[in-house]
Amino acid sequence: MRMSFKRWHKEKMIESTLFAVATATVLILILIFLFLFRDGLGLFDTYSFSTFITGQAWHPTSYNPQYGLVPLFLGSLLVTFGAICISVPLGITSAIYISEIADPRVSEVLKPFVEILAGIPSVVYGFFGLVVLAPYIQLWLDLPTGQVALTGSIMLSIMALPTIISIAEDAISSIPSSLKEGSLAMGATRWQTIYKVVLPASLSGISAAVILGIGRAIGETMTVMMVTGNAAVIPGMPEGIIESVRTMTATIALEMGEVSMGSEHYHALFAVGSVLFLTTFILNLIADRIKNRYKFKLEGS
Amino acid sequence: MVNGLFQGRDIGIKVSDLNLWYSTNHALKQISIDVPKNQVTSLIGPSGCGKSTFIRCLNRMNDLIRSCRVEGDVVVDGTNIYDPDIDVVELRKKVGMVFQKPNPFPMSIAENITYGPKIHGIKNKNELNRIVEESLKSSALWDEVSDRLDKSALDLSGGQQQRLCIARTLAVNPEIILFDEPCSALDPISTAKIEELIMNLKKDYTIVIVTHNMQQAARISDYTAYFLHGKIMEYGDTEQIFENPRVKSTEDYITGRFG
Amino acid sequence: MSLSSRTNEKLAFTFIGLSMLTVVASVLIILYFIISNGYTALSWEFLTSMPRSRMTEGGIFPAIVGTVLLIVFSMLASLPMGVLAAIYLNEYSKPGRFKWAIEMAINNLAGTPSVVFGLFGLALFVRYFGFGSSVIAASLTLGILVLPVIVRASQEALLSVPMEYRHASLALGVSRWETVRKIVLPTALPGIVTGSILSIGRVAGETAPILFTGAAYFIPQLPSSIFDRFMALPYHLYVLATDGVDIEGTRHIQYGTALVLLLVVLGVNTIAILIRRHYRRKLRLG
Repeated sequence: MRMSFKRWHKEKMIESTLFAVATATVLILILIFLFLFRDGLGLFDTYSFSTFITGQAWHPTSYNPQYGLVPLFLGSLLVTFGAICISVPLGITSAIYISEIADPRVSEVLKPFVEILAGIPSVVYGFFGLVVLAPYIQLWLDLPTGQVALTGSIMLSIMALPTIISIAEDAISSIPSSLKEGSLAMGATRWQTIYKVVLPASLSGISAAVILGIGRAIGETMTVMMVTGNAAVIPGMPEGIIESVRTMTATIALEMGEVSMGSEHYHALFAVGSVLFLTTFILNLIADRIKNRYKFKLEGS
Repeated sequence: MVNGLFQGRDIGIKVSDLNLWYSTNHALKQISIDVPKNQVTSLIGPSGCGKSTFIRCLNRMNDLIRSCRVEGDVVVDGTNIYDPDIDVVELRKKVGMVFQKPNPFPMSIAENITYGPKIHGIKNKNELNRIVEESLKSSALWDEVSDRLDKSALDLSGGQQQRLCIARTLAVNPEIILFDEPCSALDPISTAKIEELIMNLKKDYTIVIVTHNMQQAARISDYTAYFLHGKIMEYGDTEQIFENPRVKSTEDYITGRFG
Repeated sequence: MSLSSRTNEKLAFTFIGLSMLTVVASVLIILYFIISNGYTALSWEFLTSMPRSRMTEGGIFPAIVGTVLLIVFSMLASLPMGVLAAIYLNEYSKPGRFKWAIEMAINNLAGTPSVVFGLFGLALFVRYFGFGSSVIAASLTLGILVLPVIVRASQEALLSVPMEYRHASLALGVSRWETVRKIVLPTALPGIVTGSILSIGRVAGETAPILFTGAAYFIPQLPSSIFDRFMALPYHLYVLATDGVDIEGTRHIQYGTALVLLLVVLGVNTIAILIRRHYRRKLRLG
């Protein structure tokens, strides 16, 4: 029964290989950090950091190039905010419908719809927004162009729906039925039970869903690039919603193809990318924290 | 322990001063017991008494539980199986186990049996076929399944599945077989078949069985150990334990469950 | 029960039902527009011929080839890595800081915007490794993008393998790795396959990561090596719809391309869902 050295060796080798591969995923994340920030920080050799962060203008190709983040950041914020205003109520109510109200057989039919939404490529959403929705928006609101922030928000809201619905649904279905039965047994209606018991109990899961939805919307590139008109100006509030805006993602995607490698402009785009990465990184961490907390809460007892 | 209990018998497993903790929970306390060769030894006691935990110490299945810590000696074939240079893989070849719930692999009946031998290096087709037939015959399943060896094991009845799991264990050619409540998920007829099988197996194997069923322990085992609160309260000849228990708590348990 | 709480419930449920309806309707509307406008463009010739007359006529063959190449090479890169990482996480790692770090990394990779992967691919594969804009640079970029999808799907599949199988195998004196290889992996295979197929859909549909790593506006011939640039379906659609020679005049080609892309992605997803359903049912019966 003594340990055979050969087998021990083989098993250890395999475990180390698997360990190395798993570590590589962490390594990739670190590499992304490194390469993004290395090329992003390159901007500040020649350009002031504070001007980048607080600059009001993005004019990368003018005689005196300006790389102000503010219009792009606000552009992303505006489009994302609009999208969230639409998709959070739609997404959460749909999640409630699927997990609490609909007949299970109906839910089984509805879920594939959500999966289809998740599967449609962003460029197809962009194309639809560009050739179908934008002309309608132009017509309805009597605008000079339909490629405005609102169009982007509507398309993004549809794209964020699957994220929000599936995570919120998970959170809602993980509420133990004993909790619901307790409420129903006291004579509360189903709606009162949902409203007073189910929703508060799944609140942290739903918040995680909303945050990940925001992350999804703020990081989306092709769709916003195709439908928001891409004017790099600081959007007005609130009229900016029906004007052209340009997001951080669209700026990178539009301009990276034309910059010369290693130029100041190139570094500026990486700096924007770093801001974007940091933003979603923080959102992910927050969502992770929230999700873990509610997991502990439900399993803890 | 009663001296001379196993006069003339070889000892299959010798456990001394075994202690086990789950985190801070002291689940097994100072267990010392000699398990005789080619006999059936049953472990009884109320649920949570530590009998299942104990049987899992004998082939180190408790290694899989991270918070679990074991101290003490379990000697099989002159070797302490908790020595640091012991290969658990080799140990488990020698000490097989049959679980509570029948757990055949999602493969054919034959593949379930050849799974172990193949991994242990037997490649010859004829040899493998011989092992399948022999194991199924020893587990009294051959007549029922010989015409559908290539069919899924999951289509068998619960009792047949459990006998297949026994056959699968026999195919690896162990010396000792541990049964962890093997009949708790089975109907009475299947249970009777397994009991008969276990009694037949003892001529070739040393058998330890955990059971919550008093009658079962009384019917099939030669020796019985009564567990309570992680300790062995009484250990001895099955007949003596059931008819003339020396310890009050054994008597209470047996009369409560048996009488 | 008071009348008002009944009325409240009715109102609330109606509102919730309406919003579910909106979600379903938006799916149907998008599908309707793409399919009804796109199917007239579809033909064998459209799928198998090169674009002509500065992409105002002809087919999308090179874009299809490019997308297939991306799928093949990104899967070659990320499938082994993703499955092995999942095996480590599920079968070997102990809970603790390290496992947390890996899972956090995977969660973050999953939430990183696709354009950031594009930047990363540009900095690492195109420039640092010197692959240039190429099939290989874009495939590796997409491979990293879908890594979290594969890891998570594989983890879920491994998790669904009953513990009893592992115990039974270990109790037969089979080592940990042999148990994984002979019992756990085969049982988890359908789930792993489903996850990989879903990630194929992702690879086929992503545009932003390939913008700066190898996708070409137009090239008159197919790529002859993995270091060549390529055309791809999603980028082709983007180019035709926003930067083409005759944007309004080539709408039918755009719709056709969008439909092909949609069919590829949804087709692949449907296959994945069907496989999953088939095996779930089978497991339940067992």
